[in-house]
Amino acid sequence: MSVDANLASVTPDPIDPARMLSGALSPRDGAALLFWGVVRNEHDGRGVSSLEYSAYAEMAEREMLRIADEARARFGTGAIHVAHRTGLLQVGEASVAIAVASPHRAEAYDASRYVIEELKRRVPVWKRESYVDGDTEWVPGFTPAVPQEAAS
Amino acid sequence: MIVRSLFFATYRDMAGHDELAVELPAGSRIADLVAGLRARGGGLARLPESPVAAVNMDYAPLATVLNDGDEVAFIPPVAGG
Repeated sequence: MSVDANLASVTPDPIDPARMLSGALSPRDGAALLFWGVVRNEHDGRGVSSLEYSAYAEMAEREMLRIADEARARFGTGAIHVAHRTGLLQVGEASVAIAVASPHRAEAYDASRYVIEELKRRVPVWKRESYVDGDTEWVPGFTPAVPQEAAS
Repeated sequence: MIVRSLFFATYRDMAGHDELAVELPAGSRIADLVAGLRARGGGLARLPESPVAAVNMDYAPLATVLNDGDEVAFIPPVAGG
């Protein structure tokens, strides 16, 4: 693995924003951008108390790395590091972090946006919301696009 | 041949477990596996006729021919981020 390789991880541990940023940076970069997605306290007007994320972890890591590779090739950034939490998260905790290092800022913004949008469309992660009224529900999501031809 | 079926989130709730080893005739496709699982009845009868599936961690169409030892995951709508 080269020092500025893309990286993707699914982890039950809290994500460290400073490590995400410093991990993506190399001496060629002039900027690093962090997308920090956190659990908020309401969904469609209902009070949320916590969120439980589950994942098909191995595939999620592969798919996130694929997305990072696509974004880097498309926008010409430096390294892109993506992390997604699993397990029980409280309001305010980060569920997803995307660090994009780049020689120039414009590419970093475009790549960061691409990664989060694609992640939401195709990475096999699910969340179950617990509401302040005691109810629990799987959050409806996106149906991933499946290629028409088998890959192999 | 034997394939491993994996279930997540709402499908896991339907199946009642994370995974199931299923014996299939050689040449079976994902669609055959789905039909077999649905025919078992119980919660699995509620598995959609055309769920999104991944074979060995790649999204794959239901016409994909399976091989012995394949890991076939059924992926309900995803909600990461």
